[in-house]
Amino acid sequence: MSSASQPQARATPSFRPDAARAIRAAAVVVVALLAAYALLGLTQTPAGWAWTNPTQQFMNFLTLGAIYALIALGYTMVYGIIELINFAHGDLFMFGAFVAMWILTVPLGMTGAVENPLQLIVILVVVMVPTMIFMGLLGTFIERFAYRPLRHAPRLAPLITAIGVSFILINVIYVVFGPSPVNVPQVFPLTRFEFLGGKISFLSLFMVGVSVFLMVLLQLFVGRTRLGRAMRSTAQDREAAELMGVDINQTIAITFFIAAALAGAGGTIQGLYFGSVQFNLGFFVGLKAFTAAVLGGIGNTTGAALGGFIIAFIEVFATQLGYSRWSEVAVFTVLILVLVFRPSGILGQQLGERA
Amino acid sequence: MTATAGAAGARPGGFRAMRDRVSTLAAAHRSITIIVGWIIVATALPILMLLPPFSTFQPQKLWIDGFTNAGVFILLALGLNMVVGFAGLLDLGYAAFYAIGAYTYAFAASPTVPWISLHVPFWPMLLVGAAVAAMFGILLGAPTLRLRGDYLAIVTLGFGEIVPAVFLNADKVTNGTNGIGGVYKPELLGYQFTLGNPVPYYIAMVAIIAVVMIFVYRLQDSRLGRAWMAVREDELAAASNGVNTVTTKLLAFALGASTAGLAGVFTASKLTLVSPDQFSFSVSFTILAMVVLGGMGNVWGVAMGAFILYTIQSVVLKQLNPFFHTLNVPFLKDIDFVQYQFLLYGVALVGMMLLRPEGLFPSSRRKRELHTELDDDVGDELGPDPSSSPMEGV
Repeated sequence: MSSASQPQARATPSFRPDAARAIRAAAVVVVALLAAYALLGLTQTPAGWAWTNPTQQFMNFLTLGAIYALIALGYTMVYGIIELINFAHGDLFMFGAFVAMWILTVPLGMTGAVENPLQLIVILVVVMVPTMIFMGLLGTFIERFAYRPLRHAPRLAPLITAIGVSFILINVIYVVFGPSPVNVPQVFPLTRFEFLGGKISFLSLFMVGVSVFLMVLLQLFVGRTRLGRAMRSTAQDREAAELMGVDINQTIAITFFIAAALAGAGGTIQGLYFGSVQFNLGFFVGLKAFTAAVLGGIGNTTGAALGGFIIAFIEVFATQLGYSRWSEVAVFTVLILVLVFRPSGILGQQLGERA
Repeated sequence: MTATAGAAGARPGGFRAMRDRVSTLAAAHRSITIIVGWIIVATALPILMLLPPFSTFQPQKLWIDGFTNAGVFILLALGLNMVVGFAGLLDLGYAAFYAIGAYTYAFAASPTVPWISLHVPFWPMLLVGAAVAAMFGILLGAPTLRLRGDYLAIVTLGFGEIVPAVFLNADKVTNGTNGIGGVYKPELLGYQFTLGNPVPYYIAMVAIIAVVMIFVYRLQDSRLGRAWMAVREDELAAASNGVNTVTTKLLAFALGASTAGLAGVFTASKLTLVSPDQFSFSVSFTILAMVVLGGMGNVWGVAMGAFILYTIQSVVLKQLNPFFHTLNVPFLKDIDFVQYQFLLYGVALVGMMLLRPEGLFPSSRRKRELHTELDDDVGDELGPDPSSSPMEGV
């Protein structure tokens, strides 16, 4: 358990990857996306296999992947910094979806589509930013009162607290909004445009854009700012960071703020995209996002995003082939297989021996 | 134990000496104490329910039926306690093993199973159900127990959700949502159990609990039990002292699962119906709350926790509404307390962990452990590790 016995082989992460690495990574991403696009066209017809235009499924995959990635980032950041699986994270996402729904319905009084693009953008900002801030504060609050007092307790204690917090979040929503799904006003006009022979809605394009923007922002924040550096150093060696003058409590609080805010953004997207939200939404989405985080290599932000898209692909592909009822079982099987064969995940290193 | 000590308190003069004698005797003959204790508790409870405050809630027959259901949860809590309390592994999908036990019996003893029609007697099936559940425990535990505890928690969480989902989706085998009905009721020496009479179930339940409890106590003091506690307190130290941590943890997992299997078989035979919705995550969560509230690691405490929590959720919460209605308390009379049940459990779990992590009836050993003050060891264990830097390059 002592960190001194761990091999210290890994060099400090490089924050400015050289151009060759970036190009290689970009090439891999493009090839993977093309492969995903091609595969998503496969369908099973009574006559046998067929290939249909996959554009729509592809957009489904991207949107779902964006949602999973945003949540997986939260898992991975919190795990990276205090090594706690935040069971409540999936429910924070659900909570965020409800907050966004509430803002849209009550203060804004939205009922239908908004045709004016400028007005639409203002509305989205007015929904998303307060949701993210509110969720961030909620996350910090949870950390302060539920996790921080247990930072030095045996491992079991914060895990049990986390599951308790998760149940509190679910049931607060259950008590306030009831058991049935609640409709989210569809502010996006339903107009679609033709692209590659398929129809794409502005909504899904916007969703993917926002998520990618947030992920890039996060990478920049973690890699280039003072606070980001504090986060990385706290994750690497808390005591040493503290000796170097990093305010540990503040850094952990900020990590929770960001993680919860991303979950809030994911929740907003979920609500707008699927049109309804329900109190038990967080459970399976949380489980899938966690699988994504483990698959990518827990503690690794790029891995979390990657894992999110892989899990989304598995799910959309299963649906495409007509096995949507089994998609959860499939994802869970992936989780077990990853834990058996590569607990450190795709991009993680060395974690296996202690994980 | 408490009951015997209470009976001894009749003469105030010799109370202390008497109590000491009783507790030494109880410690020396634990199995007998458990049997005597359960006989006393099991006879006292139904009689108590004939007295005014309780008899006004519901008739004695319903109380006995309720106690039998509470017994199922006591059994589940005893099993989960082996996993969480003794070995310190967080199992969040415990209801899955309960479901596996129940479906095992349903497959073996119901005419409505779509693919088979058997009638295996109840009593041997108790053991078969336990064995099948234990087998699944090993299947799930083997890949994950090598990893750290957190992973186990999330894997079991997933397993707990997937098992009912499989029973729901594989409708050609399990009848899907409708579940398997008409499960045969137990029969003992020609005596047929019936739905109308809860007493035989009650007696059977008490007997099963007593046997399991003796078993659990024996385990706790055995080599294996001590290995569990060693692993819980410090896995590395345990391993370097020659404890095979993987086998030890796997056995905790399997034995815990087998207890849930027993409970599942019993429930299936009592309700004569199994369906996927009986085994949702909230069941796992409730059992965990029982174990945590009762006091992780303390066998009697956990049983008490299960009994109290079950009684609260099945009787007290339902009675609160009519109660406030009769008193006509504004505001309170309009609240549906049953709806707040899980919210209260969540608050209780967090509160317990923050304020009294050892539970209401703590085991002395666990209490010491959970109140460790900050020291270097602890800091190190929770502390960061160079290999887990979260913010790796783009």
